[in-house]
Amino acid sequence: MARETKIRTRTQEGAVEVLVLVTHPMETGMRKDKASGKVIPAHFIQELIIELNGKPMASASLGIGVSENPLLGFRSKTAKNGDKLKVTWKDNKGESGTLEAVVDA
Amino acid sequence: MTVINRRTFLKGTVAGSVLAVAASAGLLTPTRVLAAAWPAAAFDAKSVDDALKGLYGTSAAADSKAITIKAPIQAENGAVVPIAVSTSLPGVEGIAILVQANNQPLVASVALSGAVGYFSARMKMGKTSDVKVIVKSGGKLHMASQQIKVTVGGCGG
Repeated sequence: MARETKIRTRTQEGAVEVLVLVTHPMETGMRKDKASGKVIPAHFIQELIIELNGKPMASASLGIGVSENPLLGFRSKTAKNGDKLKVTWKDNKGESGTLEAVVDA
Repeated sequence: MTVINRRTFLKGTVAGSVLAVAASAGLLTPTRVLAAAWPAAAFDAKSVDDALKGLYGTSAAADSKAITIKAPIQAENGAVVPIAVSTSLPGVEGIAILVQANNQPLVASVALSGAVGYFSARMKMGKTSDVKVIVKSGGKLHMASQQIKVTVGGCGG
């Protein structure tokens, strides 16, 4: 399935806030399919990394307790408009995604 | 505003080796980190203490007033509960969010290298629970806690 990764930047409280959204089901592995009664296998993003100008800014380890379509926010005081952002993520089934964007806060 | 419940935890020092591993992870290339960094034991843990031991090698965290949790006191939908954590502690290395009453309490753990002490996410909550936030700063663990009431749970049907 196609997954969409989005990056948005804005200025918040004197810092550049980077918001990352990934469309992903984040299945816990504890839910049952109501029609078949079978357990839906766990399927969730485990790692998400943000790089600012090629250097790691934040790396998040996520569990099944993160909501569907994760929206994660990070802040940087050193980022400025025009800086390059890169987000990379990988889930427990080996799916991955990456997106590059430019800071425009 | 928010009501923060604090609990007294044992104070202690953090295992240096675990910190070294976490610190070096940030210096590795993304592919390498993606392959190796996910702390399975911490996420599989069934209690807050075990999750913290899996993450940091210790569950000893001191209550801190320098951590601000921005989250609803009552959440209508447990499947999507917004939370934002900020802290005035210096040199923040990592932030972890745990929902005490969830089957697997650890929601997310972030390592910050070039970012300020802030993290926001949306989490699932099975039922009303204390939400614990751990901030690692200066090699020590600091903790803040807030209860969030949930009317409709978000972990399964």
